[in-house]
Amino acid sequence: MSVAAHLPALQVALPLIAAPLCSLLRRPGVAWGFATLVSWVVLVIAALLLAQVLSEGTLIYEMGGWAAPWGIIYEVDTINAFMLLIVAAIGAIVTPYARHTVTAEVPAEQHNLFYAAWLLCLTGLLGIAITGDAFNVFVFLEISSLSSYVLIAASNDRRALTAAYQYLVLGTIGATFYLIGVGLIYMMTGTLNISDMAERLPDVANTRPIRAAAGFITVGIALKFALFPLHLWLPNAYTYAPSAVSAFLAATATKVSIYVLLRFEFVVFGVDIGIANFHFSEFLMPLCVLAFLAGSTVAIFQNDVKRLLAYSSVAQIGYMVLGVSFYSLDGMTAGIVHLFNHAMIKSALFMVMGCIMLRVGSVQIKDLHGIGRHMPWTMFAFVLGGLSLIGVPLTVGFISKWYLILGALEEGGYGFAIAAAVLISSLLSVIYIWRVVEVAYFKPSPHGAAEITEAPLGMLIPTWLLIGANIYFGVQTDLTVGVARQAAALLLGIDL
Amino acid sequence: MSPEDQILWAVALPLIGAVGIVLAAKQPNLREAVTLVTASLLFVDVWTLAPSVLAGARPAVDAFEVIPGASLNFVVEPLGMTFACVASLLWIVNSVYSIGYMRGNKEHKQTRFYVCFAIALASTMGVAFAGNLITLFIFYEALTLCTYPLVTHKGTEDAMQSGRTYLGILISTSIGLQLLAIIWTWNATGNMAFVAGGFLAGNIEGPEVGLLLFLYMFGIGKAALMPIHRWLPAAMVAPTPVSALLHAVAVVKAGVFSVVKVIVYVFGVDYLAGEPSGQWLLYVAGFTIIVASVIALRQDNLKRRLAYSTVSQLSYVVLAAAILSPLSVIGAALHIAAHAFGKITLFFAAGSIYTAAHKDRISQLDGIGRRMPWTMGAFAVGAVSMIGLPPTAGFLSKWYMLLGALETQQMVAVGVIVASTLLNAAYFLPIVYQAFFKTEATDGNPGTEHGEAPWPIVVALCSTATLTVLLFLFPGPALELARQLAGG
Repeated sequence: MSVAAHLPALQVALPLIAAPLCSLLRRPGVAWGFATLVSWVVLVIAALLLAQVLSEGTLIYEMGGWAAPWGIIYEVDTINAFMLLIVAAIGAIVTPYARHTVTAEVPAEQHNLFYAAWLLCLTGLLGIAITGDAFNVFVFLEISSLSSYVLIAASNDRRALTAAYQYLVLGTIGATFYLIGVGLIYMMTGTLNISDMAERLPDVANTRPIRAAAGFITVGIALKFALFPLHLWLPNAYTYAPSAVSAFLAATATKVSIYVLLRFEFVVFGVDIGIANFHFSEFLMPLCVLAFLAGSTVAIFQNDVKRLLAYSSVAQIGYMVLGVSFYSLDGMTAGIVHLFNHAMIKSALFMVMGCIMLRVGSVQIKDLHGIGRHMPWTMFAFVLGGLSLIGVPLTVGFISKWYLILGALEEGGYGFAIAAAVLISSLLSVIYIWRVVEVAYFKPSPHGAAEITEAPLGMLIPTWLLIGANIYFGVQTDLTVGVARQAAALLLGIDL
Repeated sequence: MSPEDQILWAVALPLIGAVGIVLAAKQPNLREAVTLVTASLLFVDVWTLAPSVLAGARPAVDAFEVIPGASLNFVVEPLGMTFACVASLLWIVNSVYSIGYMRGNKEHKQTRFYVCFAIALASTMGVAFAGNLITLFIFYEALTLCTYPLVTHKGTEDAMQSGRTYLGILISTSIGLQLLAIIWTWNATGNMAFVAGGFLAGNIEGPEVGLLLFLYMFGIGKAALMPIHRWLPAAMVAPTPVSALLHAVAVVKAGVFSVVKVIVYVFGVDYLAGEPSGQWLLYVAGFTIIVASVIALRQDNLKRRLAYSTVSQLSYVVLAAAILSPLSVIGAALHIAAHAFGKITLFFAAGSIYTAAHKDRISQLDGIGRRMPWTMGAFAVGAVSMIGLPPTAGFLSKWYMLLGALETQQMVAVGVIVASTLLNAAYFLPIVYQAFFKTEATDGNPGTEHGEAPWPIVVALCSTATLTVLLFLFPGPALELARQLAGG
C-alpha cells in the first residue's frame, strides 16, 4: 500500500509521535522549529485528504486492519475533512507565530514541554474530527482537553492557573456527560461505531436510555463548546492563556466540539427519527439567540481586549449553532461555513493581541492609546479583522452572516425576529470593535510610548496571512461555501 | 478602450491614485499633482462614457462572484451616469479648492486626507455604476468607512464624538435595515439585479411592501430622512472640502441615488403606486423637508445651517421619487445634479470665509460681501439655486417636481414644495442681504483686515457657481438622461 492510503492514520499518528520527541528537545528554538515542521506536514496531509474526499467520496480507514465494528475505523467525509483542514491550517499558521510570544510569556526551561503539549492538543483535535468511533472521540477529547489545561496554565500570569483549573473542572464534567451518553447508547445498541449506532438506533429510538443519552451528550458537548449559559470557563481561559494558545484554541477547540454535536445530532440521532418528538433545536435556538445578544453586550463593557474577544467568541458560537439549529440547507451551510470563517477571524484577532502583548506588555484598552502610530501594521490588521467580525462585505464575516440571515428568513414568522436579533448583535460588535480602534488611532499616545515598535516579522507575517485569508475567502467562496454546502447536504440527507 | 474597461477603470483609477498619494507623501507638491492628475483622468474616463449612454447603450461588466449566484456587477444606466459625471467633474474642482484650503489652514495629516478622499471617490463610482443590490451595498459601506477618518480628521474630542454619531447611524441603519431588506428581496425573488420597471411585482404583496420600503428607506441612512438625519450635521466637524464634496455631493447623493434606484429599479414606479402600504414615504419626506428647513432657520453656525438645508434638499429627491410619476422622477434625477452644484458652491463659500476671515457664524457676516465680492457673489448664486429661482439649475428640478405632483394630484406634495421654497428664501436671503447691504461691525478692532481667500479657493467656487447657471441654460443632456430613466 502506498503512503496515500495511510493518510488518515498519519494525520493523527504523526503529531502523536512527534509530541514526546519534542519534549526531548531541550533547546527552545529547536523545539519550536520541530513543532512548526510537524504542523506544516499535518496541513499537507489534511489538504490531501480533503482533495481525496472531494474527488472519491467518503474514505474508510481501518486501524490495524480490524474491520468495524470490532476495530476502530477512521471515517473521513466532506464535513470532517473540512474540520481537519480548519484545525491543521490554524495549527500551521499559529505554530510559527508562537515563537516570540512563547519566549516572552512562558519560562524558557518549559519550552520543550510547552510544544509537546501543543502537539498533543493538535493531535487530540484532529483525532476527534477524524475518528468514526464514539469512544475514540472521548479519548481524543481528553487528550486535547488535558493538554489545553497545561497550555493555558503555562502562562507567566498566575491567574492562568485558576482559569485552567476552572476549565478543567467544567471540561471534565462535559467529558463525563459525554461518556455517560455514549455508555447508554452502547447499552442499547451494542456498538461504539458511529455509523453502526446510526443504523441500529431507530429500533430503540423511543426508549428512555436513548433519550437520556441524547440529553447527556448534547449538554456535555455544549459545555465543551461553551454554549451560553455553559460558557463560564471560556472568558478566563482565553484571557489568561499565553497569546499563542488563545489564538489556537479560540479557532479550533470549540469548533471541533461543535462538529461532534453535528455528528451526533444528525448522524446518530438522525434528523428523521426525531426521538420522541425531541428536536434539540427547540431548546438550543433560544440559547443561541441569548448567547449572541448577551455575549456581544458583555463584550462592550470589557476593558481587557482579550476578554472582549473571548465574550465575542461566546456570541459567535451562538451564530454557528443557530445556523445548525434551523435544520435547513442554508442554515446548516451558514453554521458550517462560519466554523471556518470564525476560526480565521478570531485567530487573527488574538494574534494581533499577541503582537500588542509582546510590545506593550498589556492588552488593556487604556494602554492602547495611540498604538496605531507605533504599530501601524498590527493595528491595521486589527481593523480589517474587526471589520470581518462585524461582517462587512468582501470579508468572510459577511458571507457567514448572509447565509445565516437567509436561513433565518426561510423560517418565516419568527425567523424575522431572529434575523433582527442577529443584526442587532452585529451592531453591538461594531461598538466593541470600534472602542479599540478609536483609542488606538485617535487618542494621543502617553509619555514613554516612543520606544514601542512594530511587532517582529515572524509574528506579522502569519497574522497578515490570516487577514489575507479573511479577504480572500470573503471574495472567493467556492471552496468554503461549496464544501460547507456539501457537508450540510450530507448531514441533512439531501441530494444536491 | 471598450466601455466595459472604462467602467472598471472608473473604480480603479482613484484607488491607483490613492496608492500614488501614499508613495508621494514626502513631497506635497507631487502628492497634490497625483490627486489632480487622477481626478482629470477619472473625469475623461467617465465623461467619454456619456455619449454612448445618451445614445441608449447600457454597458455592463461582471467582476467576480461575491456570493454564489450574485456577482459584483456594474451596469451604466442614465441615473448612474448623471451621478458619476457630477461627482467626477466636481472632484477636480474640489481638489483645487482642497489644496488652497488645507494649506491655507495648515491642516495636519494631509496625506491621510487625500488618500481617504480618493478612496471615497472610487466608492462613489462603484455606487454610481452598481448593477445589483449587493454591489451597491458593498460600495455604500466602503463609502461610509473611508469617510470616517475624514470626519474625525481634527482628532479632537468633539470630532471623535461626531465620528461616533456618523459611523453609528450610518453603519447601524445599513447593516440593521438595508442588509435585511436586500436579503429579504433575494429570498423572495431570487434576483438582485436592477431591472427597469422593478421586479418585486408578484413576489411581495400587501402590507409587506410597506415594511420592505421602510427597511430600504431607513436602511439607506445616507439619504438622511428624519429621524436618522443626525449624522449629517455631526459630519460638519470635518474640514470644509469634505463637507463640500462628500457631505453635499458624494455621500449624501449616494444616499438619495440609492433611494431612487430602489424605487425605480427594484419596486418599480407603477407597482409601488398601486400599493397603498407604500404611500407613507411621501409624508415622511415632506415632514423632513419642512422640519429641517425650520431647524436650519434657527442655526447661527453657517455650516450647520447648510447641513440642515442639505437634509431638507435631500428629501426633495425622496419626495420627488415618492410622488411616483415619470415627471417627478425626472425632477429627482435633475435635483441630484442641481443640488450638487449649488450646495458645493455654498460650502466652498463657507470655507472661503473661514480661511480668509476665520468666521463661521452668520451673525458675524455683516458687510463681508464688500471684502469678499467673489465669494459672496457665488454664495448668492448658490442660494438662488437652493430656493429654486431662474436662472439657476434649482429651478429646473423644482419645476419638474411640481409638474409631477400636479399631474398625480398630490396636493400635499405641492403644498410642501411651495412652503419649503418660502422657508429656503427665509434662511438664505438674509445672509446675502447682510453680506452686501449691512455695514461691518469693526468694534474698533483693526486686526480684522482681510481680503479674498487664496486664489485656488476663489477659482473653485466661481466655477461651481458658473456650473449652476450653465446647467440651467444648457439642460439638454442631463434632461435626456433623466427622461431615459423615467421612461423605463
